[in-house]
Formats: sequence, structure tokens, C-alpha cells
Amino acid sequence: MAEYLLYPGCSMDSSARAYQQSLEAIAGPLGMTLTEVDDWNCCGATEYLGISTTPAYALIARNLAIAAAHANGPRTLLAPCSACYLNLAKADHGMAEEPRLNANVNEALAAGNLHYEPGSVDIRHLLDVMVHEIGLDDVKAKVTRPLTGLRVAPYLGCMVPRPDYHKRWSDPEHPTELDRLLKALGAEVIDFPLKTHCCGGHMTQIGPDTAYELIRRLLQAADQFKADVIATLCPMCQLNLDAYQGATNKHFGADFEIPILFFTQLVGLAFGFEAKELGFGSEMVKANHALKRIGVEPPPPTEEEERTKRRRRPRKDSKSLPMPRLSGERGAIDD
Amino acid sequence: MTTATTAPPAVPPHLRFLEEVSDATAGESRLEMCIQCGSCGGSCPPAADMDHSPRHLFAMIRAGMRDEALRSNTPWICVSCYHCVTRCPQEVRITDVMYTLKSMAIHAKLYEDSTAPDFSGTFVDMVEKYGRSFEFGLATRHYLKHFPLHLPSMASMGLGMLTKKRIKMKPKKIRQMKQLRAILDRAKGLEDHHG
Amino acid sequence: MIDHANAPGPDGAAKERIGVYVCHCGSNIAGTVDVAEVREWAEQRLAPDGVVVARDYKFMCSSLGQELIEKDIKEQGLTRVVVAACSPHLHEQTFRTACQRANLNPYLCELASIREQVSWVHSDKDAATAKSKAVLCGAVQRVAHNEPLEPLRVPIHPATLVVGGGIAGIQAALELADAGHPVYLVERQPSIGGHMAQFDKTFPTLDCSACILTPRMVSVGTHPHITLLTWSEVEKVDGYVGNFTATIRKKARFINTDLCTGCGICQEKCPKRVIDKEYEAGLGYRKAVYTPFPQAVPKYPVIDEPNCTYFIKGKCKACEKFCPTDAIDFNQEDELVTIEVGNIVLATGYDLFDARRVSQYGHGRLANVFTSLEFERMTNASGPTNGKIVLRDGRTTPTSVGIIHCVGSRDRNYNNYCSSICCMQSLKFAHLVKERAGATVYNFYIDMRTTQKDYDEFYQKVLEEGTLFIRGKVAEVTDAARQPGEEGKLIIQAEDTLAGKQRRIPVDMVILSAALEPRHDAKAVGKTFGISCSVNGFFIEKHPKLDPVATMTEGVFIAGCASGPKDIPATVSQGAAAAARVLGRISQGEIELEPVRATIEEAKCSGCRICNDLCPFNAITFIEERMVTEINPALCQGCGTCVAACPAGAISGSGFSNEQILSQIDGLLMLNVEHAAAPAGV
Repeated sequence: MAEYLLYPGCSMDSSARAYQQSLEAIAGPLGMTLTEVDDWNCCGATEYLGISTTPAYALIARNLAIAAAHANGPRTLLAPCSACYLNLAKADHGMAEEPRLNANVNEALAAGNLHYEPGSVDIRHLLDVMVHEIGLDDVKAKVTRPLTGLRVAPYLGCMVPRPDYHKRWSDPEHPTELDRLLKALGAEVIDFPLKTHCCGGHMTQIGPDTAYELIRRLLQAADQFKADVIATLCPMCQLNLDAYQGATNKHFGADFEIPILFFTQLVGLAFGFEAKELGFGSEMVKANHALKRIGVEPPPPTEEEERTKRRRRPRKDSKSLPMPRLSGERGAIDD
Repeated sequence: MTTATTAPPAVPPHLRFLEEVSDATAGESRLEMCIQCGSCGGSCPPAADMDHSPRHLFAMIRAGMRDEALRSNTPWICVSCYHCVTRCPQEVRITDVMYTLKSMAIHAKLYEDSTAPDFSGTFVDMVEKYGRSFEFGLATRHYLKHFPLHLPSMASMGLGMLTKKRIKMKPKKIRQMKQLRAILDRAKGLEDHHG
Repeated sequence: MIDHANAPGPDGAAKERIGVYVCHCGSNIAGTVDVAEVREWAEQRLAPDGVVVARDYKFMCSSLGQELIEKDIKEQGLTRVVVAACSPHLHEQTFRTACQRANLNPYLCELASIREQVSWVHSDKDAATAKSKAVLCGAVQRVAHNEPLEPLRVPIHPATLVVGGGIAGIQAALELADAGHPVYLVERQPSIGGHMAQFDKTFPTLDCSACILTPRMVSVGTHPHITLLTWSEVEKVDGYVGNFTATIRKKARFINTDLCTGCGICQEKCPKRVIDKEYEAGLGYRKAVYTPFPQAVPKYPVIDEPNCTYFIKGKCKACEKFCPTDAIDFNQEDELVTIEVGNIVLATGYDLFDARRVSQYGHGRLANVFTSLEFERMTNASGPTNGKIVLRDGRTTPTSVGIIHCVGSRDRNYNNYCSSICCMQSLKFAHLVKERAGATVYNFYIDMRTTQKDYDEFYQKVLEEGTLFIRGKVAEVTDAARQPGEEGKLIIQAEDTLAGKQRRIPVDMVILSAALEPRHDAKAVGKTFGISCSVNGFFIEKHPKLDPVATMTEGVFIAGCASGPKDIPATVSQGAAAAARVLGRISQGEIELEPVRATIEEAKCSGCRICNDLCPFNAITFIEERMVTEINPALCQGCGTCVAACPAGAISGSGFSNEQILSQIDGLLMLNVEHAAAPAGV
């Protein structure tokens, strides 16, 4: 069993709980023991860096210091969330490159009796570890239910492949790692041109119109290339594409219905786990169609969901105009 | 060649803003290397919503247009996707400069629309209180302040998230809040003195 | 002037008579160093070391300045000269020649650099003046130990080796051969012609490339003085300027060239078709037995062994069956040829940047994205589409074309230099598209670089034809449509920096003007010939402005894109320039080599052989019979590595003996001067 330190990030037990559940399920078969960093704090996402530099880096570095200090602990720190991954890597890299920053951050950490020597932990992403350390041959060997016939659009988002401080990925714009993993699971992988394009991030809260357009582009491209599902590795991307799919549809008068899954959920399905064990049912755009296609029983709706479904009525946004449909989209003129 | 050592001439006023931004960015910004090629402006996904494309904003910084640059909504629309940084032929640290401009704009209180700075500020308040982010608290405070009319339509999505147990109504707190606060206080002190 | 000529030195022995000349160099030196004080100090304090005359002058390198030295040598009986002035790189030769004119051995003249080493790097006048004294003192104490040396004279073999059969190599070879001297032209492809043979039209004249090139190729192929070795590579080079020995591997063509008539039946009948990655830039096919193009020189085909069915499976031999003259010989072997030449010209050309590395432009992923060389082949009348501009399906004419400048150039992510020719090449493409396909053309540029003769006029012409120019480095080329009108197209996304707007332009075809890079094996080739590559990988010239075709290795010259991207006029000029330099050498018949060499004192050599493997110039050989090591003075470049390595101290460098170096150090530290009695007033 290979040991890894885990930095879960704030969304894992809430908005991205499907990610957490499916990650816990597949860790065993992959031979990974995950030890959570003790008393970790929020990494600050993309918010703190915009307020003040040294406190932002110090906030991140506290986690690095604790991780590094795990007695006899493993050196590799896994961060499943993209923003957390980038922040941890950025702080480690920044402190290694900039003596002034290193001095300031360590002085701040000293106020909490902590210290971090840059380079003490190896910050890796789960996908990177699966493809380059564990290896796709091992992954393939564990597949008992190949995802045959499922058309998947691999979507990595922007913060994992870039900036690639330690050259982990095959390409910063069109990396092949997720494609190869999905192929190893037996899925039909589409050559998704927007696989590292931004989902809008926190613009859903700050400038919703901007966010909706970015979300629309992704959904539309997935639709254009006839994907059944989009496989993602970032909680923010999943949230935006999934939870805001309805709002995006409303804004543009579109009717996209593309389930957005975490790649770990697909790995879990291929490994033979049941949908319930992998957090299915928590997605806003139901993945039932996709599950049926590979012969998996979708989880039953909860009582609360049944109740709220009956009560909800679709409301139209009176200001938005209908979105013209491109050829190939459902309901297009030449369909 | 020069015969005596003279002090270098003082930085002309219109170059000071460029220096200011460069100094405030952790590490080398390489802003002076920009050849205005437009890769960044061409790559930026939300460029259409920005007052100025990243390239345009850098031209303004180099021209010393401090007021206009800090009032621009550009850094607030930046989604930190790093497309620009990857493609820039001169290796300008564009996204880092955007973060710098955000904090400079906050310090100078020079932004037209306070939605974005307030969002960041509220997020940071939560983290400084609990050590973890608290989405529910953040969302309610933010929408109440900036998008009160959107609350009803957000409610249905919020309800969906709640029933699927994807949002927690109570914040989680880390054990060593005192330690974290000590670290952040010291860090803030260092930031003010530009150590 | 105080005459210390007859006063004995500190050790009582007879001294040299040294003349010291301190140059003002206008205000370059005099502005920071008190030249008069240095002169006076030398006259007084260095007199015990042998200084009999010390002068200062505004410009020592002028004829008047030189005459000062010559006069003093004759009238004062000087035996050594020290000039404190600029760096020896500039005027060492000048002052040595002046000494020679006055019948003083030129190697008895030393330069002390008080400009580059003192006045140009310090601003404190007192410190600079003191340092100048120290530097001067070092030179004075050293020069006393200089020995008169005679340069080596080596004969120049009249034959020349030209490596690379592109237009640069062809130009050089023809000029040398026309002057009546033998030339060996070695080319690694089956035919000469290089990249120019791939082009359709050349800017700015829009000459047909093959039409202007092939007559030259034929001249090379039929020239009585040129030995053409194609499908060959230079494996080893030994020797030194005037006397190189080169071993060339003539790869097996599997064709008997005595019998082959070039009829082409073998190619016709060959059943194995492969993608032609070299000549057709991957856009077309050829057979396993092939000549790269119809006008190939020589006309003999070659068999591509790794792709030939017979060599792979032992079956076929269709070419042999149909050859009317029985010229196919599957048993042919590589041949090693050794030649003697006096000079070498490297004209090995460039490789095109692999545009797939810029993944956001989609080459290799999106069908209708083409590189510049692919497009050249497309527009070439004898290319895979017979000159028609079509999409990757081979049939559809594009209605809109985007041409992207600076792909892989001016970009720190790939190559940080400008490839010089791409702006003009992109304009040429725009013109060809307009002329043949009538499509809408967009050129995406950062700057327009149209610098040479008739280039800007060409830009005007293309503007008149209606090509649209967008100033903005393209961010990406994508097939993901975003709005109606974009489906089925390639969308070029860029910021139109002049209009201040991000634009998405749908086009049918995209052409990438890719960078010119050094050959993939440039470093290894450089090593074979004893020259170096710059950090960008191109061969380094001796001086970028004043000596662009020579290298630091005497006898090896470079021409064309091998030393950096350039257009055809510049390439031809360099080929001619290299030939002219070689002709100059040949006409002199012999060359003088610097006598700064290492020599071994045989009595001290213990035969330990430590030095044997250290010599970067292969100048050291071990003599078994006498159990001692010997140095070939013609190959030795005087680098000093063996001198330092010899544990017995048996090797000394003439011009850099231990006495010379140590006394120079003592002089720099002013060890002997401090203790000398100072005359009054100094």
C-alpha cells in the first residue's frame, strides 16, 4: 500500500461530497492509504490572494508546515481540489523561488510555532498519481465493469494543468492524462477541445452573466461533440456546470441536460461499485440516463427530493432571448 | 565614459506606477518585457466583459495611468485560468499581477463596483473566524448585500443543494484557531511594512 | 627621461631595455585614469625592471603613435615593448606589426589592457589609476621573460570540402570550382537542392524557386571540378587548417550508379508507398525506391531500406525485375571515402519548428491546420496537389484562410529569436492564396518585418490585393463553435490590439509560419568539425558583425541558415563570402599559425600519459618506442590544459611559460616595486 497525505479542502464534505465518497471508495483498490493533514485550514481559494499577499501565503503555508511535520509521514501530499492543489503548489514554489517571500512567510509561521522549508512535501494531484505513479495498467486490471458505450468528455478545468511548476502534465492546453484514464476504464473518450477552458470559477457569485457564458460554452461544446457525460476533477467546475446548469439554461433559453460527474465516480463505477456508494444522487442534473447506459441502477430519490420535486415549478427569466441551436444539438432545425 | 559617480536620476512620475506594481508582486512580474502582442487579451475567456483587456491594462500601467487602471474592473473579472501566463511569449506573470492590482485597488478604495472586493472580503472574514470557508454564510451575506433581488431565484438552487446535503448550514471550526490567528496577524504586520 | 639603461637590476644580471607606452585613447582612458601619472610612475619606479623610456600619447594606435614605438626601438635599442591601452583583441596585431617593422620580434611586445579592464569598469579615479599601475607593472615584469617566437607556416591544400547541398553550399561550391580548384560537395539527402527545392515561389520577386535553383544544381552536377557525394555524411575530420583529412560515409543507395540511367521505372513499379516526410514535408507520398523530385541531381534513386519490402520481408524485388539496365544491387554496402582538403565550409541549413508543440494552434489535431513547409509543397506545381490550394480532403477549395506569424519564434516558451523570413513568407502565402483560390485572407502578426530590398514594396502590393491584417498574436485555433457561422470552421481567436477587441475569425484553413530552428543534430555535427553552437543551437561565427562566415576554428567556415535564420539573398552572399575567404587562403598557398603552443621537455616526461586524453584538439600522441608524449604544434591551439595537468611540469606553453605567468602575478601585486627605493618626488 502506498501512503499519501491528504489535504481535502473545504468543499469535499459539502458541495463535492460525491468526490469525497468516490475517492474513499476507490482508494483501497488502488492501493492508497490516505492520511488527512491534522487540523488543516482553508487554503484561501482565489480570494485571499486578491486581498493581501503575505497573509494569503501564510494561510496556505500553515498546512504545508503541518504536512511536512507529520512524524515519519509520507512525503507526497494529495490535493483533490484544483484550487487547493494550485495554492499549495504555488506557495511551495513561491517560497522556493523568492527569498523575501520565504522569509516573511516563515516569520509569520513562527508566530504559531511552525516552520516550512520549501520542497519538503511533494504536492501532487490525484489524477497525476493515478496515471504516472500507480500506472494505467494497474487501473485497467481492477476494471470489472468497463464503461463501454459511454461517451465521456474529459474536462480538467484550468487550475490543474496550469501553471505546471514541476512539469507533471503532458501539455498545459491539451493534456492526455484524463483521456488515457477514461480509455483504460473502457469509455468512449471524445477529443474535447475545451478540456482546459475555464468554467467561470467564482464569477457565478460576482458576475453571473460572465459565468453563465463560460458555462454555456462548455456545455455546448460537449453537446456538439455528443458527450453523454462530462468527467471533471474540480469541485468548483462540477458545481458550476452542474448546479448552475439550470440557471444557465434559463439565462440562454437552452435545455442542456448533461450530467457532470467526478472522474473518481467513473473510476468507481468501472471498479464495480454501486452508484449509491459513489455519491450518485447528489448531482443536480441527474446522471440516471448515463448510468442506465452502462447497466447500473441509479440510486433511488430521497423522500425530501420527492417532496421538493412535486412542489417546484419552472420559472422563466423574462429578459433572456432564445439561444439559436447549432446543427447537432437536440432540437435543431436540421436534426 | 562617465568620470564621476552620480546618483541615478529619480524615477520619472509616469514610470512610478509600473515600479509600484512590480514591487508589490511577489517575485519578478516582467511587466516591462511586454511587447503588447495581445496573446493574453486573445486568450482571456471573459475578456468581452472586461473594461480593458489584460494587454490594454498593462499598456495603461506602463503609461502611468494609475487611477484608470485601479478603477478598471479587469482584475475582478479575471478567473485565474492561467491561459495567458502559459501562452505569453515574454513570460509576464499576468495572473500574479492581477492579484496585485486587486489588493492595490482595495487599499486605494479605487474600484467602481464593490461586488467582487466584498465577496473576497467576506470569504476572508469567514476563514479568519473559523479557519474553514463557510459557503452558506458567505452566500447569504453576499446575496443580501449585492443581489437581494436574486435571492428568491437562488433559493430553489439552494434548496436543491440542501436536500442533497451539499451545503452545510453550520460552520466548521478548526481546533487551533488561536495559532492561525497569530500567524495571520504577524503576516499582516509584515505586509504593511512591505518587508 | 632618466637613463637607467646601464644600472644593474635587482639580481645583478643584464636587463632588457623596455619601452612603455601609455595610451589616452582620447578620454576613454584618460577620463578615468591619470595617464600622465602612470607614465611618470613607470619611468621612475619600473626603471629597475628595465624600463628605459616611458611615453604617453593620445592615440597609440594611430600611425603617429606607432611611429613613436618604431623610432624608440631603433634609436633607444629597445628589446621589449609594453603598450598600456585597450584590449589586445583590438590592437595586439597593430603593435606587434609596428615592432616587426622596426625589426623587433613581434612576440616581444605585450599589451596591458587599461581600458576594458580599468577605465571602462571603474569610476573612482584614484583607484583606477592605482590599478593601471599594477596592470602595467605585471606586463613589464612579464615581458622580460618573453622569448622571440616564429609563427608556424603550414601549406594550404587547394581542395575544399563543402558540407550541405542547399543554395549556400551550391553557391560556395560553384565559386570555388569556377576558380579552378577541386571541391567535394557532401549532401545527406539523395539530391542536392535543400529547402529551396521545396518552395514554389520566392519573395519578393515571386520567381519560381526551382527555375532559379535547378540551373545551379545542374552546374554542380556537371562541373569538372566538383565531386558530388550525395546520400553521404561526414563521419570524422582530423587535421588542421590547410591539412584536413575527412572520412565520408557514402550510404548504400542499392543502385549501381554506373549502370543507372535515371529512367524512373523502378519508382513506378515499386508497390510500397510511404509518406514522404523529408521532401514533401509529410504532405505527400513517395515509394520505397525514389528520387525525391524530378529535377534531382544526381538523377540516381535510392532505396529506403527501413521501408523496403525486400529488406523487411525478403520478398518483392519488383524494381530489380523491371530495371532495364540491371542497376539494382541489394547487396551494395556503405562505402567509406577519405579525402584531403585545405578548408571546410559548413552549409547545413535549418530544420522547421515542430508546430505540434504549440498545442493551442491544433497542428496535428485539427485537419486543416498546415505548416509553412506543408503549404509550400501544396502550392508547388509538382507537389501533391499539383499546385492547387485545397483542404486536407484534397478536394475542397478554402473560401477563407488565416495565416499566423511568429509560430515558435519570438516566444520564450519555444525560441526567443525572430526567424527573419516569416513575415515575408506569410505575405507571399497571402498573395498565392488570393491569386489561386480567391479566398478571403487574414494575416495575424505582432510586427511587420519587411526590411530588405523591395520587401516593403511587396507588403504594399499584398495590401492592395485586399488581404486583411490583424495585429494580435493568435491565442488559439479551435473547432469548438460558439455562435452561428462558426460550425464546421476553424476559429482563430485573437485580440485585435489595434481595434481593442477580442475577435473570433472563422476560416477554412490555417497556415502556421513556423520558426527556423537549427538542425536537430547541429551540436554533434559541430563537434565533428570542432566548432561550437550558440545557446539557440546555431553555429557560432567568429564575430557577429565583422566576421560572419569564419569560425573560431581556423579553416572551418559557415554559411547560410546553419548560423542563423536568413533569407535567400543573405544565404547566397554568405556562401560566396565563405568561398572568397577560402580562395584567399588557397591563393596565398600557406598560412601562418600563432606560435602560442605547448611543448614537452622530453627529458622531464615520465610517460605517465595523463595529458594524452585531455587534449580537446587531439594534438597529443604517445610515442611507444621512446615512452614519451609528443605534441603536434600545428594542431595545438595553446589552450594550456596539458600544461596544467602535467605532474612533472614537463610541458610549457610557449608564450605562457611559468616564469612569464608568475612574474606577471608578482607584477600585478607590485611585490618587487614596493620594496624598491623611490626616487625623490614620486
